[in-house]
Amino acid sequence: MNKFKKGASSLYLALIFLFLYAPILVLIVLSFNDSMSRTVWGGFTLKWYANLSSNDNIMEALGTTIKITLTSSIFATILGTTAAIGIHYMKKRHAAIMLGATNIPLLNADIVTGISLMLLFTRFTPLGEFSVILAHIAFSVPYVIFNVLPRLQSLSEACFEAATDLGATPMYAFYKVVWPEIFPGVLSGFLMALTMSLDDFTITYFTKGAGVNTLSTMLYTQLRKGIQPELYALSTILFLLAFVLLLVINFKGSARKEVFKNEK
Amino acid sequence: MINKMRSSFLATPYAIWVMICTILPLFYILGYALTNDAGSFTLSNLTAIADPVHLKSLWLSIRVAFFTTAICLLLAYPVALILHNLKLTNKGLVVFLFILPMWMNFMLRILAWQIILSNNGILNSILSTLGLPTLHILYTETAVTLGMVYDFLPYMILPIYNALSKINDQVVEAAADLGANWWTTFTKVTLPLSKDGIISGIIMVFVPALSSFVVSNLLGGGKVLLIGNVIEQEFTLARNWNLGSGLSIILMIFVLLSMSVMNKVDDSENGGMPV
Repeated sequence: MNKFKKGASSLYLALIFLFLYAPILVLIVLSFNDSMSRTVWGGFTLKWYANLSSNDNIMEALGTTIKITLTSSIFATILGTTAAIGIHYMKKRHAAIMLGATNIPLLNADIVTGISLMLLFTRFTPLGEFSVILAHIAFSVPYVIFNVLPRLQSLSEACFEAATDLGATPMYAFYKVVWPEIFPGVLSGFLMALTMSLDDFTITYFTKGAGVNTLSTMLYTQLRKGIQPELYALSTILFLLAFVLLLVINFKGSARKEVFKNEK
Repeated sequence: MINKMRSSFLATPYAIWVMICTILPLFYILGYALTNDAGSFTLSNLTAIADPVHLKSLWLSIRVAFFTTAICLLLAYPVALILHNLKLTNKGLVVFLFILPMWMNFMLRILAWQIILSNNGILNSILSTLGLPTLHILYTETAVTLGMVYDFLPYMILPIYNALSKINDQVVEAAADLGANWWTTFTKVTLPLSKDGIISGIIMVFVPALSSFVVSNLLGGGKVLLIGNVIEQEFTLARNWNLGSGLSIILMIFVLLSMSVMNKVDDSENGGMPV
């Protein structure tokens, strides 16, 4: 019975992962397909990868995407981390109000967030890269705050006080005592902001204005005319990069935990 | 104490940010919703939801969102339970496996489903090789629901998995020691204790499913018009920002309504169970 249960569990997990990863597999296969058709296999080729760097449209969209994603997630991380520290030390009632407001972009529908920001921006600034960056910061800051705040809450107040009592300046004490404790939260907040920004379509679509394209919005306009196969190649490269990056972070994280366990 | 006071000022830039980029935009959308082209007050953009075309879209959205959420829950709970029972030492790995697909562009992943589901697509090739009847579901409500289940499943799995991780194993063991069989332990102990995860999962799936317009565009082929599609068209094609804003406000009301219903469920069950 137990063996049967285990087998069924593994089979079920395998099916779910097949469901989640099948489309990705399809796209990776398409990136090597020597045919413009999406449904016909025309043989193996690397030409989409070779053509990639000479496709100005795609390169420009990639550049814009990287610029928007990096700028917005770095700013969101700085703003979110300082905000989390501030909120942590606030009076309970004030903190509750701030957290309520922080929840709004998370709970509101993307389309409403995108439209409301667009309505605001069109009054004050021409829509373009800048407005997209502002919009991306707006929806990714909450992820940073909710990643950093639990870390602060589990931090013992006494450590910081002990450090200052022993003569450390508040800045030095923060850097030596608080920062190492909250850093994992800051890092995971940053990674979530990065992921959300990179994967966003709806909010970018409404706040970008004409002429600016990220990879997502470029794909959306190409859907009717047909996708340039170079985009499959680019997405495969990005996916594999993310895979390696996340694997390294994960492996390092677990290695550190192992060391910690042994020390205990 | 002085230090605390000073530290709380670190939130000042963020407080200003929230005012400008979170609160103010909501007033803008409300302002557009409550005025007409000429700028005078009207409720017609809100009452426009009663238009049969809009009402039909809203009803379709609610139906698709409901089925998406229900299917996600049914698929996700066993996944979370199995993963939990594996007792992995590296919990980050689970998150990793479900976050990773997001790094393949969302638009392309949905496009891949278009390729899989199309009439002479991959799924039908497999089915006909196996001698099974082929499926013609692309550009139907079924395909849209499938696309949404695919897109939102991780948002259901992760909160349930987290909730299960927080359950003290001894409680489950105690139930077994006291003679409860697997099913009783599950329904009386595990399920109630993971309720918070289920509720946040439901909210995280239902809200985006209710308002999505991209999945329905790609997998519905313009035949499945959700309320999100109607709003998008008001902004991009019809250029009637006031009506679009009005319908957005209606959508927001439905989102808030569904969330307060979920929170009610949460509260009433807590109230009914003496701790």
